Amino acid sequence: MKIKRNTLLTLAALAVFYGLLALAENTLNTYWVRILNLCAVYTIFAVTFNLIFGYTGQFSLGHAGFAAIGAYVGALLTLSPAQKQANFFLQPILPFLANVEMPFLPTLIIAGLLAALIGSLVAWPALRLRGDYLAIATLGFSEIIRIFLVNWQPLTNGAMGLKGIPEYTNLYWSWGAAIVTIFIVKRLIDSSYGRAMKAIRDDEVAAEALGVNLFKHKIMAFAVSAFFIGVAGALFSNLISTIDPKVFLFTLTYQIVGITVMGGMGSLTGSAVAASLYTIFLELLRPIESQITIGSLMIPGRPGMRMVIFSLLLLFVILFYRKGLFGQKEFSWDWLIGFLRGKNRKMKTSQTLGSTGAADKENKS
Amino acid sequence: MSQSDLVLEVKDLTIFYGNIKAVKGISFTVREGEIVTLIGANGAGKSSTLRAISGIVPWGGEINYRGKSLRGIPADRIVAMGVAQVPEGRGIFGNLTVLENLKLATWQRKDKAEVSKDFERVFTIFPRLKERISQPGGTLSGGEQQMLAVGRALMSRGSMVLLDEPSMGLAPVLVQEIFRVITEVNAGGTTVLLVEQNANMALRHAHRGYVLETGTISMSGSGPDLLGEPRVKEAYLGG
Repeated sequence: MKIKRNTLLTLAALAVFYGLLALAENTLNTYWVRILNLCAVYTIFAVTFNLIFGYTGQFSLGHAGFAAIGAYVGALLTLSPAQKQANFFLQPILPFLANVEMPFLPTLIIAGLLAALIGSLVAWPALRLRGDYLAIATLGFSEIIRIFLVNWQPLTNGAMGLKGIPEYTNLYWSWGAAIVTIFIVKRLIDSSYGRAMKAIRDDEVAAEALGVNLFKHKIMAFAVSAFFIGVAGALFSNLISTIDPKVFLFTLTYQIVGITVMGGMGSLTGSAVAASLYTIFLELLRPIESQITIGSLMIPGRPGMRMVIFSLLLLFVILFYRKGLFGQKEFSWDWLIGFLRGKNRKMKTSQTLGSTGAADKENKS
Repeated sequence: MSQSDLVLEVKDLTIFYGNIKAVKGISFTVREGEIVTLIGANGAGKSSTLRAISGIVPWGGEINYRGKSLRGIPADRIVAMGVAQVPEGRGIFGNLTVLENLKLATWQRKDKAEVSKDFERVFTIFPRLKERISQPGGTLSGGEQQMLAVGRALMSRGSMVLLDEPSMGLAPVLVQEIFRVITEVNAGGTTVLLVEQNANMALRHAHRGYVLETGTISMSGSGPDLLGEPRVKEAYLGG
């Protein structure tokens, strides 16, 4: 009965969330709709990073590279042939891509599969490394992808980037994908595969001595992560409609790492909440970058001031919430009901939970 | 001694860490139903030997398990062949619960009915673990973690268990307890290879023992014989 109740609650939460999305899509201006879309994309980024690092313990810094693969696949498969011709005026596009134009869903899936394929190929040699060395190798991979994007003009249009990508991404697509990602990752980490991944994170040698196939589980975490990063990348390019290689600098990876650490390594709820908070917060901080006058004191506008504030916030979180906002805790219906009945006052996460929206409710069940 | 009851046969085993030869060609055997112990001081190569058998460090020489060479077999397959290991320092997964820790060991097993029986068995041997079943492994006391590590090895239903310093860091009363369990498990038909610094306890419970000194075997014999050996007494038992 208990499981049934939770399933019903989940379905109800999804329905309410769908209603909220519809409301947002129809009433908010395009600026805020875009921000909410970005929240979903960053949620996927953070959740997948959590799967690799928070649950499997593999410090991979290749996120920007995987996202770039997804974004370019998303762009190249949805651009109309006419737009492609307009984009590739220096060098013609590779002939086999010139007349391809696909609907959004297959595009997303292909973007994910390609990212997963390349992710596994990279992981094959890279996962022999551990800790910092793995981080350096994957960071290098991410940069290689970016250099490819800049230099392989017939495929990517080089540094000029791609323009006029159809804006297919709306709140249903983006949050739909985010919820599917959270759901699948949650199911994975609760399965026996997930248990093995957590064992690898805690103690690799002991896991191996117990008969856990290290390589298989690391590759699995990598491929699943890369798939959803690829999907998120495609959502991203079809959201902002213009991409160029500079979007996928390693700073993107660091943002994702920052979000995940802030939310809590090993908490999907934390990733979702922190991703949304981060995206919205950065927008709210925009005025800081323009000129501010306080009395006779004039502070000139400095682009990038937001990141200074963000860094300070991150420092604050690390100092006072060492395990991130949520640590390893997850939102669950049982917890919520217990909390409403006043049985569970020791969890400090209540205030943050209130402001998160239904997306995180997906985390339980 | 017939050839068929040889469970483990190690011949001229060598292990290098970089240029350092940690194990310099040792040979020993473990027969069905035995408790065999390797004793020796720090750095004698005891743990390295166990790690070689479970496929975690590269090695030279020959290791045969039930007549089959273990060369080139990955660690997870060796566990599936029936060699369970309790790693030194326990290797408890601190963020996983006691139950999850135990479940991990059943990874390779397909006989679900037997698995639940084995859970009962482990909880009968270690009632303490049952009390702590949903607690993260990292919150257990040292002794409880050791019990969990031994329980976990039992769950993988190896026909042979490799134990690396099970008494390390435990209070004397818990050491007694752990050795009682080892004898009990052995009586149930499991072959045990035990690595220990606590030579006194190890030799008292083992059928046979080998003394390792800086990478070579210096003495071997039955447990009681070695206990009586003056050189062992002097070196490990405090005269």
